Amino acid sequence: MNYDWSWSVFLDPSLDGTRSYLQMLFVGVGWTLTLAACAWTIALLLGSLIGTLRCVSHKPLKFIATVYVEVFRNIPLLVQLFLCYFVLPEFLPSSMSTALKQLPHPWGAFCLAVLAMGCYGAARLAETLRAGIESLPRGQMLAARAMGLTEYQAYRHIILPEAFRIILPPMTSELMGTIKYSSVALTIGLLELTGQARSMADFSFHIFEAFCAATIGYLLINGAVSQGMRMLERHVAVPGLIGAAPKDAV
Amino acid sequence: MAAPHFELSAILPSLPYLLKTGLAFTLTLTALAAVMGLALGTLLAMARLSPIKLIAWPAAVYVNVMRSVPLLLVIFWFYFLMPYMGAWVLGASSPVQVGAFKSAVITFTLFEAAYFCEIVRAGIQSVPKGQVAAGMALGMEHGQLMRSVVLPQAFRNMMPALLTRIIMLFQDTSLVYVLSLTDFLGAASKIGQRDGRLPEMYIFVALVYLAICFAASRGTAYLARRHRHSH
Repeated sequence: MNYDWSWSVFLDPSLDGTRSYLQMLFVGVGWTLTLAACAWTIALLLGSLIGTLRCVSHKPLKFIATVYVEVFRNIPLLVQLFLCYFVLPEFLPSSMSTALKQLPHPWGAFCLAVLAMGCYGAARLAETLRAGIESLPRGQMLAARAMGLTEYQAYRHIILPEAFRIILPPMTSELMGTIKYSSVALTIGLLELTGQARSMADFSFHIFEAFCAATIGYLLINGAVSQGMRMLERHVAVPGLIGAAPKDAV
Repeated sequence: MAAPHFELSAILPSLPYLLKTGLAFTLTLTALAAVMGLALGTLLAMARLSPIKLIAWPAAVYVNVMRSVPLLLVIFWFYFLMPYMGAWVLGASSPVQVGAFKSAVITFTLFEAAYFCEIVRAGIQSVPKGQVAAGMALGMEHGQLMRSVVLPQAFRNMMPALLTRIIMLFQDTSLVYVLSLTDFLGAASKIGQRDGRLPEMYIFVALVYLAICFAASRGTAYLARRHRHSH
């Protein structure tokens, strides 16, 4: 085929003249990781709260949490991102939306992408956590209440510590999902890894070298994340469960 | 506060276009990718479970690589790769024009197959070993055993997971936006930009997606409950 392969293209100067294409790809990796880390933090905090509220006995709180999950899980992430980017500023107080617009590029897009991905991730994490809580034997809650703990205390000290340790494997795939989904931010002008590879493909005409590099980048990031989470899993495994490492088994 | 000219009724004139062109495109893409992806995913799952390393290993690599990269990157990959692949298949000397829709169908099929593979594999592994032993005792061939004993039970077990994945696929097809295709979101964006009504359009799109996916996920949950009770 008449495609001109050249791996040395990565060292050519990119469009901004100062950095090479390889350096631009690393800038993309930086954005991907920053975006995923910030979104994941929001998802973890908000998702833990919502996921717990979905299980509590207080009916109105439970209802609010259910509505949150259904809304954010059933709208495509890209649509949510566009709602954040194009619609939300219209409803914000004008001082806030002006401040958002005056942020240096691409920090405005970054903030809104973190918000959209955080809210979306929270709904998914809440479902994961709920499944974890529901998989615990009912006796755990009953025993905690029988000992005089309030419902809040029971969740805080008994249920959640157990549930979080059980859901680590699905949480790992949610985290990797967040890293992958961060690529949608390219649609609002935040050039993370996929976006940088796309723009390198446009300007250098070395399309497949660029995509190869991005693919390898994602494979490496995923490998590192799953390795790290596996170590964490071993460290916090619940003794006595099938998933627990043998050294913890009593 | 709210934008001065914000009114949802502004979308009414373009409603036929949004639904007949946009939503129809999204549903067609979802259906094609789901059916073909499931077929390919089932083959991949059987390959991954094969005792022959030379078959199991490439399937595992394919599935794991596909599941590690973002769908957007895969969309770009195939969009640019397809003309070269077309030329290679047809033996042409220059890249062949494939067209964005075909490219999207092939991309989603190949991408979803990796996810379907893992669901099918889990489904096959959920069938008790005794079923296989009983089938073999009756003198069934491997293919016959798969077709009439293992797969029917496996598919029943994995129905909820499959349907959930198809709902995700339905949502993910919105990413063809980056190829400027006129899917539901793409159609709404085009009309919204033309009329200066982007906020109304995006809110409408979100509500329609919400209604469809909510109904579908409720249906899935109902099926899953009924399936559990039947055991």
